[in-house]
Amino acid sequence: MSLDVVLFQIFPYVAVTIALVESIRRYRQKSFSYSSLSSQFLESDQLFVGSVPWHYGILLVLTGHLVAFLFPQQALAWNSVPVRLYILEITALAGGLVVFIGLINLVIRRLGRARIRAVTSPMDVILLAVLLIQVSLGVYIAMNLRWGSSWYAAVLVPYLRSLFVLQPDLSLLTLMPWMVKLHVLGAFIFLALLPFSRLVHLLVVPWQYLWRPPQVVIWNRDPKRSTIR
Amino acid sequence: MNVRLQMSMVFHLDKCIGCHTCSIACKNVWTDRKGAEYMWWNNVETKPGTGYPTRWEDQERYRGGWVRTEKGDLRLRGSSKGKTFGNIFFNPHLPMIDDYYEPFTYRYQDLFDSPEGADQPTARPISMITGKPMDIEAGPNWDDDLGGSPVYAENDPNLAAVTPAEKQQLFELERMVFFYLPRICNHCLNPGCVAACPSGAIYKRGEDGIVLINQEVCRGWRFCVTACPYKKTYYNWATGKSEKCILCFPRLETGQAPACFHSCVGRIRYLGGLLYDADRIEAALKVSDEQLVEAQREIILDPFDPEVIAAARANGIDDMQIKYIQHSPVYRYVKEWKLALPLHAEFRTLPMLFYVPPLLPIVAAVENGTYDSSQAGLFGAVEQSRMPIRYLAQLFAAGNEGKVRYALKKLLAVRTHQRMKTVGDVDAGAVHAMMAELEIDAEEIEAIYRLTALATEKERFVIPPSHREQAEEMLQTDLWGTKGETGFGFVEAPVRGA
Repeated sequence: MSLDVVLFQIFPYVAVTIALVESIRRYRQKSFSYSSLSSQFLESDQLFVGSVPWHYGILLVLTGHLVAFLFPQQALAWNSVPVRLYILEITALAGGLVVFIGLINLVIRRLGRARIRAVTSPMDVILLAVLLIQVSLGVYIAMNLRWGSSWYAAVLVPYLRSLFVLQPDLSLLTLMPWMVKLHVLGAFIFLALLPFSRLVHLLVVPWQYLWRPPQVVIWNRDPKRSTIR
Repeated sequence: MNVRLQMSMVFHLDKCIGCHTCSIACKNVWTDRKGAEYMWWNNVETKPGTGYPTRWEDQERYRGGWVRTEKGDLRLRGSSKGKTFGNIFFNPHLPMIDDYYEPFTYRYQDLFDSPEGADQPTARPISMITGKPMDIEAGPNWDDDLGGSPVYAENDPNLAAVTPAEKQQLFELERMVFFYLPRICNHCLNPGCVAACPSGAIYKRGEDGIVLINQEVCRGWRFCVTACPYKKTYYNWATGKSEKCILCFPRLETGQAPACFHSCVGRIRYLGGLLYDADRIEAALKVSDEQLVEAQREIILDPFDPEVIAAARANGIDDMQIKYIQHSPVYRYVKEWKLALPLHAEFRTLPMLFYVPPLLPIVAAVENGTYDSSQAGLFGAVEQSRMPIRYLAQLFAAGNEGKVRYALKKLLAVRTHQRMKTVGDVDAGAVHAMMAELEIDAEEIEAIYRLTALATEKERFVIPPSHREQAEEMLQTDLWGTKGETGFGFVEAPVRGA
């Protein structure tokens, strides 16, 4: 069994299983530990230049990855006109750089401030290291391996989809440069780390707030009268 | 009519001696934990003063509470639902730990462990966050008793309401005046913290109106901290969860007064149930600032009214509870006597903690060995109050001076009437004129006097039975095992998530 099979055919399933099982177990048995673990209360200014670009940037970049995964043909069609390709590539690269800058600021803040170090767990450090490698790889790829939005849709999306339908096909992926392979591997490592880290906060985005009435009343003795649950 | 029960409080500021015993009782029971060291669910501040956190009343800065829009609707000052999602990665109006103070302790062990030397060993102050030596620059009652008043008290946001002359007078050395303002969570009828919580972790208990944060649902988005205009929800920096005063509900459920009430040395605190009409909350909030106090009184219902009793029964409030509510000292102070007023009603959260404003008058002068109170009639003293009425109105009546003046006059009438009875050097005609003006009789004066000065514990804390006494004991097998936990009755230890 080659290394490629272990890393890109077996590990993805292991990572997804870990993510699913552990995040559900943690939610059901240790819901107290589900928190954004915000440290804004201890330090604000540096967080602003870290957290805001990081979060908005990563939302943009991940949405790009997801859209091309869902609609690869449309992505290729969009890129068939050079101007549209340039716009997409520049937007993606800019997003990647914003994410990178935000992340660097977050790393400096977390390691440089005594108060923030007091609320830093070993997992936080591991997570930041993985993210830093992953984002650096992404930015490097965007700059050096041109037109990623096209070859991602043409080469990697078929691979990812083959995983999805439980018929893994590594033939295209194995041809990719090792930088790209590392980036793919990083994504699965990220998934496997998710339930063990503060990343769980992205599983509990409070959508229910959008349609909830402003005031919440809960009746312990007559739960049916309660506003929520 | 949608009748609900609210556990409500009255703090009689004339009796507060500013000893902080309440704060210590609360700290020892609830917040003596990592991440909660800086929290004072109960705190006592000196007024005029900047309070805790510093200048918490300045909503231009902290963005707490509600505002009435031009159309007459209410919205949170700090955030809308849309803005909440936009700002969820960084809350621009979150108070910082330094707005409260950095919690500290001392390295006492150094006193024993230091090597022999030419100098006395000292216990250096160290931060309870980083564990490193620090300079103490603030504390929870840093401007206690007007300490450093040119720096602190002068920055009291409420002083914006008084004239420059009055302000100057306040800080003249020989005329200086202050009073204490103990604060806990107000357990509001329209809490900003509940409305701002994206996770829906904060809720009002239907049975008694206590506002609580479900620690297992809180995700640390921190919008409650901004939305509470009283800054009575706190972010636990160690667990990544928000916490607040729980009105000692485990004690209430077993018929005991909350720790801060129970320990109050001056016996300034009163606790009892109030019935209110939940259907009229919205209307009561949409009136102008001057009408807010009256509108809040309006929605508090008469527990002796048969119609109210019937509606209360229909809503699951049993006869025993109604009997206790009829004896509620809070109902008498707030509704019957109109002595107790809400703190900063203009924040529009309908706070259910009421304050009897402090009476700080120049009642009379002793001249040539006689007690002379004849100047400008007895009520003249209210107008000559050493604490400007405008200032008190800013705190307790959303600027409506009439409400404060009425309460102060009544307090003065009680005082003068009792002096007439016990000392006998006050003109009875003048006292009766006072009573006539306020439309009160000797019976009411006697009742106010009794509840203010002589009330026993059972009269001050009238806690409607919740019939959960046995249930609680059954749930908690090891009552000591819950010490140091985040909240009450946790199965899971409050360990910070990775």
